[in-house]
Amino acid sequence: MLTLYGTELSSRLLLGTARYPSPAIMEEAIRASGAQIVTVSLRRETAGGGRGGQFFEVIRSLGVHVLPNTAGCHTAKEAVLTARMARDLFATDWVKLEVIGHHDTLQPDVFALVEAAQELCADGFKVFPYTTADLVVAEKLLEAGCEVLMPWASPIGSARGLVDPASLVSMRGHFPDVPLIVDAGLGRPSHAAQAMELGYDAVLLNTAVAGAADPVAMARAFASAIDAGHAGYHAGLLEPRDMAVPSTPVIGKAVFA
Amino acid sequence: MTILVKGAGVAGLTAAFALARKGHPVTLLDPKAPGVAASHYAGGMLAPWCEGETAPEVVVEAGAQAIGWWECALPGLVERKGTLVVAPPRDQSELERFARRTHRHEWVDEAGIAELEPALAGRFRRALFFRDEAHLDPRKALAGLFEALVSMGAKFLHEADDRAFCHIIDCTGRAAIVPRSQLRGVRGEMLYLTTQDLTLSRPVRLLHPRIPLYVVPRGDGRFMVGATMIESEHDGPISVRSLMELLNAAYTLHPTFGEAEVIETGTSIRPAYADNIPRITGSGRHLAINGMYRHGFLMAPALAQELAARFEAEPQRRSATA
Repeated sequence: MLTLYGTELSSRLLLGTARYPSPAIMEEAIRASGAQIVTVSLRRETAGGGRGGQFFEVIRSLGVHVLPNTAGCHTAKEAVLTARMARDLFATDWVKLEVIGHHDTLQPDVFALVEAAQELCADGFKVFPYTTADLVVAEKLLEAGCEVLMPWASPIGSARGLVDPASLVSMRGHFPDVPLIVDAGLGRPSHAAQAMELGYDAVLLNTAVAGAADPVAMARAFASAIDAGHAGYHAGLLEPRDMAVPSTPVIGKAVFA
Repeated sequence: MTILVKGAGVAGLTAAFALARKGHPVTLLDPKAPGVAASHYAGGMLAPWCEGETAPEVVVEAGAQAIGWWECALPGLVERKGTLVVAPPRDQSELERFARRTHRHEWVDEAGIAELEPALAGRFRRALFFRDEAHLDPRKALAGLFEALVSMGAKFLHEADDRAFCHIIDCTGRAAIVPRSQLRGVRGEMLYLTTQDLTLSRPVRLLHPRIPLYVVPRGDGRFMVGATMIESEHDGPISVRSLMELLNAAYTLHPTFGEAEVIETGTSIRPAYADNIPRITGSGRHLAINGMYRHGFLMAPALAQELAARFEAEPQRRSATA
């Protein structure tokens, strides 16, 4: 069981709701993935005072936890405003906090992120911060009141996978008791399995499923990979060795050269 | 047997046209002028194979028939020049992905691009060319259909009483988005640019991981640039962000667009079903065509023909049950 802000979840996959070929395919993919949390972007859909219309109704009707996100926000102020709007629209105090600092790589602006996290946590929000794998930033987010951390694997939508596994490993080692979710940059099911084998608690993805030729089949594939990686981590992974180790004992030969 | 077609956008006009051509007396109803709603802001690309990137096969198949339908309905309006798909150097993988997801295209190199669109010479190293695709000017097409309908004796009214008609075909698009209609609105934003310094002969799509864009030449130095896809029913003016993204993309396609003039911006709410596939619904004397999504000009002919075919079959069905 995964526990995030007191909510118990059996699925370790969080799925985004953007860029599917149609809402019907999105709904089918979410069901196939078994995800119990879906993220929803508010910024664009509510631009100009709109309420998002029927699309938000589809999301609400899925019967899963909605994690509104502040995608597209470039300042702490914008992100805080978007989070408050999300709280009204979806009647939830959960928010995936995302403050973009760089237009091309969509790298988080960690300074504005910490600032917004402080304000939102003080206001009673349960903040899921999208951050880099920087330990100092992570400490500050925890100090601000975040109980979950979501480091990136690589830039959003890049499908590059875990470009810096060493940083993710040290983050896991440094925060053994904080739920850690790899968010962004995963492209293949094997990337998700790799993140889970590092001992991460869950993964969050969107484009890898929504942009697949068959999003429903890909959602299923990711769910399997996440289960496999998680089970593998807990089963105790073998460390790589330099020399071959025969699986059948070799008796009666001088094997120690 | 009198038929009332409600809504004079692309769905209503094509439906009325297909019925009138089969000899049915048709009355067209719209509180506004014909062709002023979402259809007015359409790209007018008849690009079924490009759309196949995300659209289901049924849209590709029906869309492929649309090119011939429009050519036949409005001779001289359809430009069969294909579609060119390009990507900036750093987004080349988008082009590979697009190629994998679509068919009926060929790769062209720098020389091939220069031959097709001299204005783009040297700007892109590779492109995908969808030779069989076409485009038309949606505003001229809607006006042309309306004119043809009038000449076939169809009436156009701003208000009418349903009871005076045997059959009602509801093609009211966005107006039909009500609770339990299964329809939702998808906001689209577009703009028109004008410059005499650039000539394109066919629609050009610029792939980008986040902001895909197309530019459709309308002749006389005018270009339609579109279009955003936002899950919202808000129909206020184009947002600064959308305008900026569309203009940036146009500028990436060709810097000459930097000196072009913005002559129009527009927003429309496109009705869509959950699977984004338009359809005929209803029964008896009340039928509806709706959910055109971003495929109005591509899908309306197939639905209009299906509707007309139902009216053909009607007398036989009656005699079978009599």
